[in-house]
Formats: sequence, structure tokens, C-alpha cells
Amino acid sequence: MAKGSKKSLKTRSEVTNTGAVGKPVMVYDEENEGDLQEAGGNITSEVEEDCDHERKRQKLLEAISALGGGRKKKLGERSEAAVQVSEFTVIAEGEGDKIDLSDLIGTVKKTPAVSAKTKKQLKHLQQNKKTIECPLSKQESERIQRDVAFQNAATKVSCWKSIIKQNQRAEQLVFPLNQEPSGPKPMERVVAGWKAQTTLEQEIFALLSANKQPINDPILTPIETASLRAMSLEEAKIRRAELQKARALQSYYEAKARRERKIKSKKYHKVHNKAKRREFLKRFDEMVKTDPASALEELNKMELARMQERMSLKHQNSGKWARSKVIMAKYDEGTRKAMQQQLEVNKELTQRQVTSLNDEHEDEEAGDDAEVMPDIVNDAEQGLDLSNPWMRGKLSEDPSEKEMSALVSLTAEDDGTAETTEKHEEVEETEEEALLTEFHSKRKLCSAQEADTVPVIFVEEEEEMEIEEENKPAAEDLDASDNEEEELSEFTNLFQVKAESCRAAEAEQAKAASDASHRDTSAQLEEGLMTIRTLEDVEFLSLEKSATGKTPIHPQPSPTKENPTCITQKAGKNRKRKRGIELKEVLTKETKVIQVPFTPRIEDTEDSDENLEQRGLIREAFAGDDVMSDFLRDKRMQEDAGKPKVVDLTLPGWGEWGGMGLKLTRKKSRRHRIKTALPPPRKDQHLPSVIISEKRNRSISLHQVNSLPFPFENHIQFENTIRSPLGRTWNTEQTVKKLVKPEVITQLGAIIEPMAREELMKDKKQVFVGKTK
Amino acid sequence: MASPGEGTVKVSHVEKKKKPPARYWQGAQEAGKDANNVGKGREQTAKGLQEKKAKTQKPNKRKREGGGRDGKKLISGRSDPFPGPAPIPEARVQKFKRKEKMKRPRRAHHKLRNIIVRSEEASEMAQKQAARFDLLLPEDAGFLEGDEGEDTCTISQEDIAEAVDITSGAKYFNLKLSQFGPYRVDYSKTGRHLLLGGRRGHVACIDWQSKQLMCEINVMESVTDVKWLHTEAMYAVAQKKWLYIYDSNGIELHCIRKFNDVLRMQFLPYHFLLATASATGFLQYLDVSVGKEVTAICTKTGRLDVMCQNPYNAIIHLGHPNGTVTLWSPNQKEALVKMLCHQGAVRSVAVDKTGLYMVTSGMDKKLKVYDIRAFKPLKSYFLPAGASCLSLSQRGLLSAATGDIVQVYRDVWRAPVTKPYMAHRVQGTVWGLHFCPFEDVLGVGHAEGFTSMLIPGAGEPNFDGLDANPYRSAKQRQEWEVKALLEKIQPELITLNPDELGHIDQATFEQRHQDRVQALGFDPLAKEKFIPKFKKKGRSSTGGVERRKKQVAHEDQREIIRKTVEDRMKMEKERKEREKKMVALSSQKSALDRFKK
Repeated sequence: MAKGSKKSLKTRSEVTNTGAVGKPVMVYDEENEGDLQEAGGNITSEVEEDCDHERKRQKLLEAISALGGGRKKKLGERSEAAVQVSEFTVIAEGEGDKIDLSDLIGTVKKTPAVSAKTKKQLKHLQQNKKTIECPLSKQESERIQRDVAFQNAATKVSCWKSIIKQNQRAEQLVFPLNQEPSGPKPMERVVAGWKAQTTLEQEIFALLSANKQPINDPILTPIETASLRAMSLEEAKIRRAELQKARALQSYYEAKARRERKIKSKKYHKVHNKAKRREFLKRFDEMVKTDPASALEELNKMELARMQERMSLKHQNSGKWARSKVIMAKYDEGTRKAMQQQLEVNKELTQRQVTSLNDEHEDEEAGDDAEVMPDIVNDAEQGLDLSNPWMRGKLSEDPSEKEMSALVSLTAEDDGTAETTEKHEEVEETEEEALLTEFHSKRKLCSAQEADTVPVIFVEEEEEMEIEEENKPAAEDLDASDNEEEELSEFTNLFQVKAESCRAAEAEQAKAASDASHRDTSAQLEEGLMTIRTLEDVEFLSLEKSATGKTPIHPQPSPTKENPTCITQKAGKNRKRKRGIELKEVLTKETKVIQVPFTPRIEDTEDSDENLEQRGLIREAFAGDDVMSDFLRDKRMQEDAGKPKVVDLTLPGWGEWGGMGLKLTRKKSRRHRIKTALPPPRKDQHLPSVIISEKRNRSISLHQVNSLPFPFENHIQFENTIRSPLGRTWNTEQTVKKLVKPEVITQLGAIIEPMAREELMKDKKQVFVGKTK
Repeated sequence: MASPGEGTVKVSHVEKKKKPPARYWQGAQEAGKDANNVGKGREQTAKGLQEKKAKTQKPNKRKREGGGRDGKKLISGRSDPFPGPAPIPEARVQKFKRKEKMKRPRRAHHKLRNIIVRSEEASEMAQKQAARFDLLLPEDAGFLEGDEGEDTCTISQEDIAEAVDITSGAKYFNLKLSQFGPYRVDYSKTGRHLLLGGRRGHVACIDWQSKQLMCEINVMESVTDVKWLHTEAMYAVAQKKWLYIYDSNGIELHCIRKFNDVLRMQFLPYHFLLATASATGFLQYLDVSVGKEVTAICTKTGRLDVMCQNPYNAIIHLGHPNGTVTLWSPNQKEALVKMLCHQGAVRSVAVDKTGLYMVTSGMDKKLKVYDIRAFKPLKSYFLPAGASCLSLSQRGLLSAATGDIVQVYRDVWRAPVTKPYMAHRVQGTVWGLHFCPFEDVLGVGHAEGFTSMLIPGAGEPNFDGLDANPYRSAKQRQEWEVKALLEKIQPELITLNPDELGHIDQATFEQRHQDRVQALGFDPLAKEKFIPKFKKKGRSSTGGVERRKKQVAHEDQREIIRKTVEDRMKMEKERKEREKKMVALSSQKSALDRFKK
């Protein structure tokens, strides 16, 4: 071992000799340190010529050992024989132990020279086990100081915050800030700074002060201040208690009311309401005797409630529930009864209160009742007897058609009610009319279907044409006004039906593109138009006849061959469409004829140009159909152009076996069809005679604001804020000046000083004063 | 209007308690409220009055509230009998209202709150001020009232002219001009000057009130229409072939050959646009301030000889032989709206000053009134002979010409009219009708010359001196012209709804981009196509070029792919995180977990 180490050391010394490098090349283990030292000794004895080298080496070794870690090399004790022995280290017995305070103080007790006070202090110290914390480092303490200083500064500065914010948000700032407001001052302020000088003034003030009246600022008279002071503590306490009690009671009451409201039992509510009503009536009776004026008021209120009830659709069997029941009413006694009950309620609520107070408005109620009852209920009841043709027709039907019949009856009922609202006398006839309307609806359906399958019923059409021609002269006999009216209504009807027919015709066209009979589209259109028009006319006339009371003559409806479900669907559609027509009928007003005092002597000539006039005449002659259908076609085209087109990207035969008679699978075609979302509804969808262009106006969008500016949350807010103009054209001069006043005004020549601390104080004072006020 | 039940219940409940002692401050509070109400002024004038009465009934006790603070109290202690600003009638305030008042948002940014509050205040102030100054419009429109059992339409013009004062009576006159055929008529915007255009070439402008002839020329061509431009110094004449512009001395200023075969003209005063409708079916706009054609729209509807403007939004209405009326703006090549109004051809169209109603007459001898904002018919009348010309006055009187009879109707859109308000027979067939602005006068151009009729209640009695001042001097006119030119509205701003400019454009980004592309003519965001550079020494062989192209394309594609992949990764990561969160959430133990199986 020693040999090896020697060798190694040799090499080391060589290394150190050659390159005086302070870097350690070898790493020593801790265990052989002692050996090293021994070896070192040997080396010194061997190599004596150079002490310098030796010292250096020593240093190096030390450095190396220091590198080894925190562990200090233990110096050998004196007792041992070693080359290096420290002369300072005297190792005592308990070297590693800590020194306790008690060890030191222990001697104090014995020494009498130490004063009692110090002893006590020391004792105290002894008991205190805490170690004293070492002082913070310089950096840390500085940091803390800085923190504190910052906080101080921040609080000092933040008292400006409010005033700065206020100034920032102010609508207008006038610099210099603390300025006396110009303009007339209120009288009081002027008076305050003024003193009585003349004798008269002095006398007056003396009088005022003698009577204890305020002199300059009439805030409170001394009496009033005294009275203000008069409110004692007891009184205040009493009042507080009262308020507390009232609050508690109110909360109880509220809780009770809430509880009661939550009760779901219908019966409870019914009973409750009844009791309430009874009580109310009782009180009302009393009121009539005691306080007729308020009773009258109550009565008026009741009347108002009754009116509201009459106006509303409540209890009129028109709600969802009632409609659901109507279907079942024919077959179920219970539901019928329930509906009757509902009507009873209605009757009760709408009944006029008969009182002795005001009997000036007492008239019949029977009319109301008739109106109130929906006929369907009656129908259902009368349906039991077979004398009613309506019910007979229904009952003879197949059970499979029952559904349909119910639906049809519904439509009939609708019509019926509409008519009842129109006229009073017709109430009795409603059933007949319902029957009629049903026939009409059926016939319309048939006709519509006939129009679809055009060539079959040519003869019939012609017949109807004839009928129309017969009717026409009769119509012409009527007054001009009547004629006009009719025409107008006809016009609207025509409009609707035409629109439908056009649609149907086009659909058909799409279907039967490969049809053998090549028809011109326009011809087809015209045809459909004609048929429908005639039908309409006939119906219109027949309706009129029925209204006047004559026996209606109308051809028997051709038996429907379609399955009933189809009919029901169509009936539903028809009903919807009906509503649409009604909507449009509102649009067209009946024409008023105007009487002119003179008759024109000179015939109106549109244009002196001969051919132009002729053209006009021709136009006039062919006015009507062609104009309208043209317009409708135009509108239809526009609508179609606006619709998104379905892009079909299927490649037939792609990805399939080739050959004749290849069929596209539906799945594939569906997958390759690209549909786009429907555009928003057109603006003119409810206006049959208007086409509104849906094109975007590009030119104005360049001038519009195209994104919402910052503080606004929605565009309505923004649009509202810019709704009123600012200019002189629309506003008065004063307003304009106020609207465009500058944000900051600086007075010319005035020195604008930075804000002083007094400003702040003033502000605070003001706030304080305001609060006290 | 609280329901009686509630009221009684509450009362009974409170009244059970013993009545609290009457406090002096309660009375004071009520009084204070009163004072506030009075201070508020106009809305509660009625209430205020009542309260004032109540105050006077009280003993003349001095009231301390208010005091010197709000300055309502005088030093003597008497209260001001008319406190606050003078009340303004509610109806008048309503007249100047612009849109509904906005609700103040609850929890909004303080800036937003400030803006809203200030704008509300400003608009309210403007409204009130305008209502207050409405007082300065003192003139009332006149009307004609017949004796009992006498129809106003039977009163002849001569009678009226005799009855009224001399200056007004002088406004009824006839000009016999039988030589040069039926006349078209136009009054200038101020109503001082009259322009006559005879079919056979006679053009005359007259200061009609002083009956002073300004100029008279014969253009030696057929004249189809005449129109004043923005001032009485210039007018446009549509002649046989082209459109000419003359000055008030009859000197030809321009011959505009771009505008050929013009049949009707309309001048839009605030846009300085002259709109012309031609026999070839073109609707053209001429900017008279710069002399440029703004747009030429081919309407594709044939001869256009029925035209009018909507003074409210500067939209041009055209009537067509197929019974439709179309609405046009210079910004769109197709009709904004197309309405089917008549079964026959449309003969005349007129729109009222407020832009609410349109009146049309057609070959089917009907006169129809439309709500032009909703495009819905309001009234329909049947005129036995049909109306060839229509004109609406500033106060909403409608004049209709049937042959040689001029009828004037009042309130055609409100109550159904059965009789004309006035009627008059002129010598020849009526060719042009025009109400004179700010005067109760209707000018009728007919085959035998011109007739100026007195129609009481036709003109607006109060004029805006800054807009159209009938009594302006030459200096004022010059100043007005400069101002009007400065305030000229650009033709791009003509829309169906003139408020549109105040709305936010809610178009999508794509739409806006499309607009931009259309406006610029190219797509600014489009990527440039790669064109390989030509290289010499045979390095630009076809294969090489292709290769280079492919390289670039690949590079682009890689970029795209990288981006998409990154996006996907991100999404995936987010999704995972969310899932993890969910799991963490779901794995949290609740106290009830112990009952789970």
C-alpha cells in the first residue's frame, strides 16, 4: 500500500514540477489521509533541497482537503506524536457539548455581590427558553423599509384618486379649476355679505331678531329647532318597537300567504275563492247601505272585470284543453259535462250584476249567451238524435273515417264561429252553413285535384264557364259599387288561388317533364287559372244565395276517391290557407265611389300618339289576368332565385360495376348532394302583391359603422345614442351649443396651477356638508 | 289600479294595530315630495296644480324646506307661484320625439353608463327645446268651409277670389296659351317661380306672384318635361332628343347627349340629383353639382312616362303599363320594390311629403292609397273617369285631374272620401299639375294654357328660412347655395329607410369581403399565383419548371397540413384536459358515496 502511494506521489511531484498548476489532478480518499501525511514526511526528508516546493505542496494539499467538504481536518492532539500538532487546541472533556445558560448562571447564586435585581433578571432569562432571532440581513431590512415607504406614499397619493376620477369623467372641465361661477348670484348669498347700515334697516333687523326670525338664511326658526330637539329617547324607542312589531307581523302574513299559495289542491282553492266571494258580497251589501259612493266604485270595478272577462277567451272553451276535449265530447258524457261547467263559469262571470244602485243599464243578456256557446257543444249533444242531417252523415261513416270527420267538423266549427261573430241572426243557421262550408271545402279539394289532373274534366270546366257567363250579366245589373266590391274580393281570392295553382302547376311540370302531351307552360298556367276562377265564382255566388236565404243550387260534389287520410291532411292545409286568405283580405279595402260635380267634357286621351293610345286600349282590354299572372310568375322566379340550390356531385357509375340499367343508390346520391342552409324568410312573404329586392346595399355599408364600438354592449344601445342629430338644421341654436361644447375649456391668459391640497380638502368638506344636509 | 282584494287585506292588517301617533315630520316629507313634483315641471303640471291648491288651503305657515337652497323661495318667504321652467304641452313634445327613450343598463361599464345618460339628456333637451321653440311657428293653414248644406266642391274659383283679399285674389289667374299645346308645370322649391313647358316647344319662366316674365323661348322642338334645378337660375328641359339645361335668361347652358328621349324628370334637392326617365326604359341620375352622370339603370320595363319622387327618402317611383309601381335608388340596378297596384296601366303616382303614403291612379279608373312603408293598400277609390295626373300638396291635399276637371281631395288616407274638397273645370285637357310650395295655390297646365287655382289649406304656412325661404334676397340665395352644396348628401346614401346610416352594419365577414372585392375589382386577400422564374442555360426545361411549381405547391400544402395538425393536436389536448377535469370532478368523493353499490 505504502509503496503504491509513494509511486503515485512521485508522479504527482513530477507533475507539479513540470507544470506549476494549482489544479488537483488526483482525488484522494479520506481513509488514506494519514498515510499521506506520513508519506509527506518521508518525502520532505528525502527531498530537502527545495523548501519552497514543500510549502507549496502543503498548501495544495490543504486546498485539496478543503475541497473535500465542510469537514475540517482534525488536528492531532498534543498527546500524540505527530508531525503536525496544533499548539492551540486543547481538547477538553466535554468538548462537543453545548453550554447551558444555567451552567454560567449557576455561579451567580453563590456570589453575594450580584444584586437581587440582576439575579431576578437572570432567573427570568433562564426561564425564557426562546432564542433571540438574529437580526435581518441588510438587504432584507432595506426591502422592508422600502415597502413601508411605498405604502405610505401610496396612501398619500390615493387620496387624490377620487378627484382625479371625477375630473376624468366630467363632461366638461374649465381651467383654472377653482373659479367663482359667473352669472347672477342668488339673493341670499348677496344679502349674507351685507350689513344693515341705515337706521331703518337696523330697526327691521332688530325686529326680526326680537321675534326670533331667521335673518339671513331662513333654514330653521328657533321654534322649529326646539321642536326638532323635542323628540325624546323614550318616544324613539316606542316608535322603534312599533315598527319592529309591524315588520314581524308583515313577515308572518307574507309567510302565510306564501304557504297558502303553494297549496295545489284545486278543491281547496275553489272553496277558498267561493268563501272570499261570499264575504265580498256581504261586505258589498253592507257598503251599499253605509257608503254608496265606494260601493258604486266597487260596482264599476266589477263591471270592468266582467268586461274583461267577456273580451278575453277565458272559459270560452277555446283553449288547448277545450280543444282537446271537443274531440272527445261527442263520445264522453264526462267531458261534455266538464265543458258545460266551464261555460257555466263563464256565464256566471259575465253575468251583469243587478243591483238597486244603477239600473239604468239593464238590458237583455240572452244575446250574449248565444254568442258565448260554441256550436260544437250543441252539435255534440244534438248528435244523438238522428233528425240532424249533420250528425246522420257522420254516424253513417266508417269508423276509420271518424278521425277525419272530427277534423272536418273542426274546420266547420271555425267557419261557423266566424260567421256568428259577423251576424246575429245567423246563429240558428250555423249548422246548415257548417254543412255548406264543408261541402265547399270538399269541392275545393276536388277541384284542386282536378286541376292537377287536367285533361280528365274538360267538360265540367266548360259547364262551369257557362254558369259563370250566366252569372255575369246578373252581376252587372247590380250597382257599380257592388260590382267593385265583388271584384275586389274576387281579386284577392284569385290572387291566392292563382298563387297556389301556379305552384301546383310548376310542381307538376317538374314531375311530368317527360309527359307525352307537350303543353306550353303558359297555356297550362292559364288553364289552371281559368278553372279555379270559375269555381271560385260559382262558390261565391252560391254562398251569397245561401246567405240571402234562397235554396243553394250547387252541383253535387264528385265522390272523393282518395283515401281519407289524404283528405284530412289536405283539409288541414286548406284551413291554414284559409287563414292566410283572411289575412290578405284585410289588406284590400273596398272601393269607395267618388261623386264628381262635373262630368268631363273632353274625353281623356292618354297620349295623342295614335298607336300609343291603341296600345293602352289593348292593355286595358286585356287587363286583369295577364298582369297578375305575370307578376306572380315574376315573384315566383325571384323567390326561386333566392333559394339555395342543391348541388349534386354524384358521378353515376363511379365506384360501381358498370353496365346497362345502372341505378343510383339512394344512399350514395344523398351522400353526394350538398344542401345549403335556407336563407332567412323574405321580407315580402306576407305581401302577395309586392316583390322586395333582397339584394344587399353595398354602397351604404361603406359608410356604416361595421363593428360595435367599445363601451357598448349591443347595437341597440349604440344606435340609440346616435339617434338624435347634432346639427343646426335640426336643433335650436342653444341646443347645438350645448351639444357640441368642448371637453376642456382653458381661459385665455389665466395661469393654470397644479391642483393644490386645499382643493382636496374643499372637496371633502363639500361632501361632508352634503352628508349633513 | 290595485285590485280591491289586496288593498283591503293590507288595510285590515295594518289597521289592527293602534294608529301610530301623527308625526310632524311625516307631513313635512309629504310637503317635500310636493315641492319635488312641482320642480319637475311639465309632466306633472296637473298634479302640481292640485298640490298648489292644497298648499294655498293650508294656513299660511312658513315652510322651512327648500329655503334658500334651491332658490325657489324668495327672501320674503313667499313661494314662487310658477316654479320651475314653463311647462310644455305633452303633444308638442311628442311631435319632436325621436325614437323611444332608452333604458339605462343595470350593470354596465361606467363609460357606457355615462355615454347613455348624456345622450339621453341631450336628446331630451333637444326635444324640449324644439317643442318650446315650436311657438315661433305661428301661422295656421287655412281651409274652405261651405254654408249649411253647401258643398265646398261647388264653390267656384271666382267666388273664392272675390272673397279673399286682393293679393290672394290675384293668385287666381289664367294664362291663355293655346298655340303651343298642353303645358307641363313646375314650381321652384321656394314657390316664387313658375316654369311652363309647352309641348310644342314653348318654355317660359315667370315670377308668378309679381307676374313678371323672366324669360320666354321656343326651343323649336317638342318638349316633354321641364324642371327647376336647385335654384331659380337654372332649369332642365327634356326635349325631343336630348336633355337641355337653360339659365333663367333663356340661354342654353348644356346639352346633355347622354340623356336621350327623356320623358319625365325629378329633381332631388338635397342630393343635387336630376333623375330622368326615358322612353327607352332608362332611369338616369345626373349630379348637377358636378355635372356627372351618377348611374344609368336599364329598368327593362319599356317606356317610362310615370315618375315621382319620395321626398322623405329620395327614392324614385316609376309607374308601368303592367300595373306595377317600382321603387328605385341609384345604388341598385334592380328595383328595390315592385308593387302590383292596378289591373291596368298606372297613369300617375304621387308620394306625400312625410313619406308615409303613396297615391296611384291607373287605367282601371281606380285611385289607390298605399302605406308606402309597409307596402300595404290603405284605401281604394273609384273615379268614374280615372285620374290622369296626381299631385300632393305640402299639407296632404291630393289633386287629381280627370280630363279637363281638376279635383282636390282632403285626407284621402284617413277617412274614406266620397266627395272632392274642391273641383274646377279648366279649358283643356290637364297635362301637368303642381301645388305651389308655401302657397295655397295649385298650378294646372292644360292644352289651352295655364291656370293658377286657389286651394285654401294646401301650402305649408310656416317656412324654414334656412331651407327654402320664399322671401330671400339675392345675397341670401347665394349663401344658401354654398351651404346647400356643402351639405349635399351623396347619392350612395339613398336608401329605402333613411335611418339606415345610423345602424350598425351586421353583415358577416364574408359578405363584407365580397363587397370589398367587388369595389376594388380584385381580391386583396387572395394568394399570388406562383410563376417560376425563367432560368437560362437550359435549366428552365419543362420538367424543371413543373418540378419547381410542384415544390412550391408542396410547400404550401405542407404549411396547411402542419397548421391543421397543430390545430387538431391542440383540440385533442384541450379535450383531454377537459376529460381529466371531468374525471377529477366525478371522482371526488361525496358523503353519499358510501351508499353506492
